[in-house]
Formats: sequence, structure tokens, C-alpha cells
Amino acid sequence: MNDVLDVVLRLVIVFAVFMVLPLVVGQTEHKVMAHMQGRLGPMYAGGFHGWAQLVADGVKFAQKEDIVPANADRRIFQLAPAVALLPYLLVLVAIPIGPSEGAVGQVVDAGIFFVLAVMGVGVLGSLMAGWASANKFSLLGGLRTAAQLLAYELPMLLAAASVAMAAGTVSLPGILNAFEWWWLPWQIVGAIVFFVAGLAELQRPPFDMPVADSEIIFGAYTEYTGLRFALFLLAEYAGIVVLCGLTTVLFLGGWHGPWGADGLGWVWTLLKTAILAFGIIWLRVTYPRLREDQLQKLAWTVLIPLALAQIALTGIVKVAIQ
Amino acid sequence: MPPIPGSGLAKGLAVTLRTMTKKTVTAQYPDVQPELPPRTRGVIGLFEENCTVCMLCARECPDWCIYIDSHKETVPAAVPGGRERSRNVLDRFAIDFSLCMYCGICIEVCPFDALFWSPEFEYAETEIHELTHERDKLREWMWTVPEPPALDPGAEEPKEIAAARKAADKLAAAQAQAAQQQAAQQEAEGPAE
Repeated sequence: MNDVLDVVLRLVIVFAVFMVLPLVVGQTEHKVMAHMQGRLGPMYAGGFHGWAQLVADGVKFAQKEDIVPANADRRIFQLAPAVALLPYLLVLVAIPIGPSEGAVGQVVDAGIFFVLAVMGVGVLGSLMAGWASANKFSLLGGLRTAAQLLAYELPMLLAAASVAMAAGTVSLPGILNAFEWWWLPWQIVGAIVFFVAGLAELQRPPFDMPVADSEIIFGAYTEYTGLRFALFLLAEYAGIVVLCGLTTVLFLGGWHGPWGADGLGWVWTLLKTAILAFGIIWLRVTYPRLREDQLQKLAWTVLIPLALAQIALTGIVKVAIQ
Repeated sequence: MPPIPGSGLAKGLAVTLRTMTKKTVTAQYPDVQPELPPRTRGVIGLFEENCTVCMLCARECPDWCIYIDSHKETVPAAVPGGRERSRNVLDRFAIDFSLCMYCGICIEVCPFDALFWSPEFEYAETEIHELTHERDKLREWMWTVPEPPALDPGAEEPKEIAAARKAADKLAAAQAQAAQQQAAQQEAEGPAE
């Protein structure tokens, strides 16, 4: 009975985090983006500086009619938002936020494999949506998503492999237990490659070619409306949380901090995640969208060589210190 | 020296970060009233006490949006045996703000200073014919006309004041002269007593 309660409690907490953090990131994006552009952003919903804007948006989405285009592949079309969203929920289960046993939803031994594999599934949601919509813009968006996934999954995996090599384990808490502060400069190139590739996989600006609204309306999500559309948006922000959390755990030492290691480790994790999320918003505001060929070029000629160089460096240092 | 690769990217980040720390430009209009400059062309106010129904404004209006009705009244002679005078009385003065293009020509041509710009702008209506505002409304707007901005330091003084001063100076000079003459007369008469 206690085991069941434990599992239920963990799932509830993970689900709550999964519902709350993306909204927090979304609201932060509203506000940060506005101020970076000399605006105020939402000011009315909820009374105080528009804090409830996303809640209001959610209510609006829930009220909208759920339309499926006549020629769409009904079942696939309706399933796609769930496929886009759920993987991030699964990934969140495996991310440790503190050193104790209770600070992770479920310890997965092959943590990195699990996390990266499941994150890759998320992109399938966009692909399904693009194919099933029976709309040329959706199809173009879906294909661009596929191309982007192919290009950026590889550097992401290589960068993660570098950390796994350094720690000698693929378990996420294991990596964190092995973490030393000097890993930071040692793995910095890998960290940047991982973060940028993750950004591209989330289709966040400046890598938002698959949803480029000035060219292909909204890519794979063109035909969606109401709650299903909201799920896609939620998936994007959940993806930000997951990517920032993963980067924190793999490269920035997760719960390790200069002080207050006992009991306050989760604060460090959340703080680092928040800073990275701010960085993602910052990049979105600052840079224009990359063209499709620039996007591919960045992945194949910059990120992959960098990731390989990082692996080589990791290997050399690893051998040297043994 | 060639620019360091990636320095442009860093510059871009710096620009957005700097903008974030600056004050925003958003005007929160219904909550905070805008600060309008004194010469704002919001609406046209009518100072109807000054209007003589000369019709110049209505005639000069490029899109004929000013409606004026009047009648003549006879004023009895001011002095016995004098001639009766007739005078125009304003019956209706209306401006159709759905036609008005805010050129301000009516205000420029008014020889009696009966029309003024007011910065008041919140007079939207739900029906187009309700935008024809009658004289009472135009008179009400007169209260929102700000006092004219102060002259630049060192500027030529206004014509009215210059004329008034000239007259006052003349009067003062005449009085001074009269007083002098009187004094001289008294002095001349003095020894005789």
C-alpha cells in the first residue's frame, strides 16, 4: 500500500511540476520579451501585471471548437498533440532535482538513453500533425521538422555521450554524483552544443523554420485549434523546461552549488534551469530566424565537429587523469 | 582590425538586455491619461460669446462640416432719436466631426477668436450622425482649451499688449504734461499772491 501511495505521490508531484513550470516559463517569456522590446506585456488578466494571462488563454482555448479538417487523417490528427506533449512528461520523471532519493520521480539506470530517446519521440508529434493535416503548409512544416530532427539529434547525442564518458555512467543521478566543478570548463563546448541542438529540436527561434509563420503559416500546427493547439504550445514550453533541466543536470552540475549543498540542492537545480530558460527567451528576442540551409549548415559543419572534438577532449583528459 | 567572429551576436544580446532595463514606451491609456502637448488638435471648441455669425468659418471649411443658423434682431436706438441697429443672433452652431479633417482653417480665419483647438479627444460615438456636435457641446469643450503657451524668452511682446502699452504710455505722457503745465501755471501765479 505504501509503495502505491509513494508512486502516486511522485506522479502527482511530477505532473504538477509539468503543468506549472511551463506556464511560469510562458509567462516569463511574455514579460521578458515585452520588456526587451520596450513594451509592458500583459497587464490586465489576474489584476497584478497580468499574471493570469496564460490561465485566461487556456480558458479561451478550452472554449474553442475542436475542428478536424475534412480530408485529414482523423485518428492521427487527433493523436498528434498527445504524442508531442507526453514525452516531455516522461522525461521529467527521470530528471533529478536534488541529491536525495525523494528528489527524482524515478531513477532510471540508463538515464541519458531514456531521456534522449523519449525526447526524440516528441518531435514525432509535429511530424504526425504535418502529415495528417492534409495541408501543404502543414506538410512543409512537418518535413522541415523531420530535417531538423535528423540534423540536430546527432550533435545532441554526441554532446551527451561526452558527459557520460566523463562520469563513466549513463544514469543521471550517477553523473551528478560524479560531478566536479572543473567539469564546467572541461565540458563547456559540449554544453553549448547540447543546448543549441536542444533549442533547434524544440523549434524555438532562431531555429523555428518548421513553424515559420511568415512562410508556412504555422507549419505542422496550421490546422489545429482549441485545446489541441494549446497542447502543442504547452509541449513547446514543457520542452523548454525539460531541455533546461537536462542541460543543468548534464553540464552545470545540477544540485551542486558553491554553498548550501545540504537540503537546498533543489534550489540550485531550479535556479540554473530558470537562468537557462531566461537565456532561451533572450535568444528568441534577439536573433532572427535561420534560413533552412543555414540551419542545416550549422548542424552538420559546426555542431557535429564541435561535439566530436569535445568527445576527443573528454577522452584525452579522462585517460590523462587516470 | 577585422571584427571578432560572433561579436555581432554578442552585440545583439547586449541590445535586447539593455532595452529590458530601460523604461518601456507603452502608454497605458485608459488607466493613465496621455500627456498631450498644448497645441494638440483634439476637438474644436466654440467660444460663442465671441461669435458674430460672420459665417467665415463655414465658408472656408474645405469639407463643409460647419452648420450655422442665425436670425437678426433689432436693437433699439442707444440714444433718443438715433437709428435702430440690427444684430445677428446665433441659433445653431454645429460641427460634423465625421467630416471634419482637423485642418484648423476655421480657427485660423475666425476674426473674433471664437474657435479654439482643445486637446480633448474622447468623444467617440457609436453612430456616425451622433458625431455632429451642437453648440452646447462645443461650448463645453471651450473649458478644456488650455491657456496659450508662454512666449519664448526675448520674444516680441504680443500685439495687443504692445498696443495697450503704447496707449497707456501716451496717456501717462499727456497726464504728466498736464501736471507740469499746471505746476508751471501755479508757479507763475505764485509770486503774484
